Amino acid sequence: MRIPCPFCGLRDSSEFVTIGEASMSRPPADAPEAQIFDYVYLRDNPAGVNQELWYHAQGCRSWLKVARDTRTHEIESAVLARGGAQ
Amino acid sequence: MTNSQRLSSGGLIDRGKPLSFRFDGKTYRGFAGDTLASALLANGVKLVGRSFKYHRPRGIFTTGAEEPNALITLRSGARREPNTKATTVELYGGLEATSQNCWPSLDFDLQAVNQLFAPLFVGGFYYKTFMWPAAFWEKVYEPLIRRAAGLGAASGLPDPDRYEHATAYCDVLIIGAGPAGLSAALAAGRAGARVILCEEDFRLGGRLLADHYQIDGETGTQWAEQAEAELTALPEVRIFRRTSVFGVYDGGVYGALERVADHLPQPPVHQPRQRVWQIVARRAITAMGALERPIVFGGNDRPGVMLASALRAYVNRFAVAPGRVALFTTTDDGWKTAEDLIRAEIPIEIVIDPRANVAEWLMKPIARAGTRILLDAVVTDTKGGRSLQAIEVLKSGSKLTFDVDTLAVSGGFNPQIGLSTHLGGRPRWSDEIGAFVPGELPSGMAVAGAAAGQYKLAECLAKGAACGAVAATDLGFSASAQPAPRVADEAIEVKPLWHVAQSRHKAFVDLQNDVTSKDVEIAHREGFRAVEHLKRYTTLGMATDQGKTSNINGHALMADLVGRAVAEVGTTRTRPPHVPIAIGALAGPHVGAHFKPTRYPAGHEWALANGASMVDAGQWHRPRWFTKPGEKDWLESVTREAKTVRAAVGVCDVSTLGKIDIQGRDAGIFLDRVYVNMFSSLAVGKARYGLMLREDGFVLDDGTTARLASDHYVMSTTTGNAAKVMQHLEFCHQVHWPELDVAMVSVTEQWTQYAVAGPKARVLLQNLLGDALDLSNEAFPYMACVEFTWANVPMRLFRLSFSGELAYEIAVPADYGEALLRELMRAGASLGVAPYGTEALGVLRIEKGHVSVGELNGQTTAADLGLGRMLSTKKDFIGRVLARRPALTDPERPTLAGFKPVDSAQRLRSGAHFVPLGITPSVENGEGYMTSVAFSPHVGSWIGLGLIKRGPARIGERVRAYDPVRGGDVEVEICSPVFVDPEGARLHV
Repeated sequence: MRIPCPFCGLRDSSEFVTIGEASMSRPPADAPEAQIFDYVYLRDNPAGVNQELWYHAQGCRSWLKVARDTRTHEIESAVLARGGAQ
Repeated sequence: MTNSQRLSSGGLIDRGKPLSFRFDGKTYRGFAGDTLASALLANGVKLVGRSFKYHRPRGIFTTGAEEPNALITLRSGARREPNTKATTVELYGGLEATSQNCWPSLDFDLQAVNQLFAPLFVGGFYYKTFMWPAAFWEKVYEPLIRRAAGLGAASGLPDPDRYEHATAYCDVLIIGAGPAGLSAALAAGRAGARVILCEEDFRLGGRLLADHYQIDGETGTQWAEQAEAELTALPEVRIFRRTSVFGVYDGGVYGALERVADHLPQPPVHQPRQRVWQIVARRAITAMGALERPIVFGGNDRPGVMLASALRAYVNRFAVAPGRVALFTTTDDGWKTAEDLIRAEIPIEIVIDPRANVAEWLMKPIARAGTRILLDAVVTDTKGGRSLQAIEVLKSGSKLTFDVDTLAVSGGFNPQIGLSTHLGGRPRWSDEIGAFVPGELPSGMAVAGAAAGQYKLAECLAKGAACGAVAATDLGFSASAQPAPRVADEAIEVKPLWHVAQSRHKAFVDLQNDVTSKDVEIAHREGFRAVEHLKRYTTLGMATDQGKTSNINGHALMADLVGRAVAEVGTTRTRPPHVPIAIGALAGPHVGAHFKPTRYPAGHEWALANGASMVDAGQWHRPRWFTKPGEKDWLESVTREAKTVRAAVGVCDVSTLGKIDIQGRDAGIFLDRVYVNMFSSLAVGKARYGLMLREDGFVLDDGTTARLASDHYVMSTTTGNAAKVMQHLEFCHQVHWPELDVAMVSVTEQWTQYAVAGPKARVLLQNLLGDALDLSNEAFPYMACVEFTWANVPMRLFRLSFSGELAYEIAVPADYGEALLRELMRAGASLGVAPYGTEALGVLRIEKGHVSVGELNGQTTAADLGLGRMLSTKKDFIGRVLARRPALTDPERPTLAGFKPVDSAQRLRSGAHFVPLGITPSVENGEGYMTSVAFSPHVGSWIGLGLIKRGPARIGERVRAYDPVRGGDVEVEICSPVFVDPEGARLHV
């Protein structure tokens, strides 16, 4: 699988590390524990396009939000997780 | 015996280059251009191996990687390569091959008696026969079966050859250089696309080399040669010969194996034996052709029975002259074999075709040559000992016998669909050609020629060129239309005949695994009817040929039995690799010391020169201890080193700890959020111990972070977690808080750092630095840090202690690392300084109750480690909320404590489990476990750190440290984890 890194171009997936779904953001400090539990443990695992977080560990060290189809491994997009200019 | 079965002219062998080779100890002669298989056939060698289960004599059956029978062991010694297909071995001078799976010899195999016990070996026999007693499996049955039913043996010696990995990029990858592949390559290459053309064979052309074709008035071979010449001249075209594409992966990535030196006795200097390519292709065209399938009839495995297209290739390409030939064909293509034999003046006795009607123009030239033709007839059985002697034919109810030594069989063709299914695509059944063709294709892939069921040469050339042009045009190249080459029309009709029901003898479906038509019936009877179940129950389609000649026949037989169409029954899923790949090739250069990177700290050479024994710490080599002359064992060295630190001064390389440079206006706020304790309030010029949690509330890592300037911190991590912490920090910044003005970079390798520890540490540094720094306790107290320059070298000094003694860590850019080490040792010489390694470091930290790898094991909370009070209540931080969950704050959780053996002579071991005294040890009775142990010179006995239920509340209590694996069972006393200087007075002198 090859991932289009906004900085490095199309690179082999072996250069990256993934931690899975990127759909939720970290709840605020005063969020109830249940919401934080969901954030830490619960994942949708869809059959279809999934927003995932990938880290270009052997490249530019950027965390990317990658839209990947879990059925075909096709990658629709990869953008910087930090936002800003792509 | 030399080339008794060789035609006097013709073929693509070089008669000017004879090559001598050995098979089973006998010397033979072949020619350049031969394969081992063709050379053996030309020398009249028909029997080349014994079958897997029944040890039946077997001969050469095909010409390629689909070969089920002719598995031989190639080479000898450390280069011995078992289970090699004789059909894919390019002949070289001095080649050495042996038959396998026979004892005492190929001609006389004692285990051929297995045939008499055939009923024992039917489908599912492994599962049924040796069920009881269970204990017999490992010790008795399995070794017995493995000896009886086996393949070749590995050498057991280290492989002397090298294997490479390489990556290539192209616009269009073309797999297979037959007529379709060559046409595709020409079309895409002429358009200017970057083309890679992979061909398994050592010569380009595919069936053009094996059949008599005329293309634009030239022979197929000439046309292939011209195509090759043109492709070679195109600057953007690369041709990979002897290269098998074995897998299709996501995103247009293809795996290919190039046999760089397999056709040589041994690889030339600096050349690998094989090279695994990762080919990244924007488009791919598979043009791998089709494989002929046999017909299932009695004794269809006897040496001399061969696929018709293979026999034709041996005659046309390799100039092999078979003896008395019969042809059993249910395809029009099979008749070409008869035609070509007659052209080569090889007598063909009889053609048997089960079809009632065959085109007159196909039969006419055969009949004219005096060959007998039987239509609406079948071969039921064969006769012979170690090779074929006669066939039995059934025609209109009467049985006829013909004396022949070669039987060519043509049952139809199966397109090579393997690669098209690697990403999950399902093949589709075509009634027209009676075979599966590729269904939905991986993105970017097209299929051309016989691989797509296009069997006529005209179609192969046209579709190949069209696919090549489309691929190039898709990618923005302009392909110009070329006139289609002129070729004669061909007959390609086929009427599948899966099984000759009238056969009396064993009719083999899978020659490699000795699966017969009866085995398929048994699988059906016993309910293993789905094709994937059939495969597992009978082993149909397993092993080195992956059922390339057998799968479809087996599946069709099952379809018959269940009364459904082959299309409905389907076929088994194929996965990479398409052809067998040596594990050594996949490992490539990553073997031995090259398995992972090796990192050496700057002081490595010095340490080696001073008696260091090394240990792997993550990727690093670290000194474990330094042996002085006269020291008997490691414990003596480690004890001396630890004592030296407590009494004088020692120097330890701590460069391998992770170092992360963190800068920015918000660096302090950032650290507050990733550490459980405060760092924004840390004064410039000070360091603080920090603890990090994961978001789930467990401890991630610990270390000391120093503030060098208001916007500049330098963090240390444990050696093993350096990369993980770096990734975590980047995650926290980029994903959680991108608005913070902070940046970080790993500087682990840029800075070399030494711990200088012991009551004389200050004197040592004063000796070294002179007046450069005021090191008095008042000016530079515990936890102070400073950046300064000494002898024009930038330095950092931290007053940190892992040992509990007066101690410093001094850092310099790594280029000065070894020089600094030498200076430190010189400055400490009069003080009795000693270098110390990781073992003494461990002793010193265990004596002080500091946690390390054993305790930071991913399952401990801050409270478990006695660090619960560090969790700030004034701010949010990673892991704050979930660390408060009831199970993580349960007072019954095992908590850090110290341990001493009651009998001080006894040794402790980490990993021992704590159980109460006087109770039978059991999992339920477990109260925790020992995490770290050391022999403490200070205490005078072994001591340990461990996690035990309510540890701090139980000081003075005795429990058992139970270690049944290593026979340990020691009564220990729970004590404070701090064995040395509990007040910490030594830190502040």
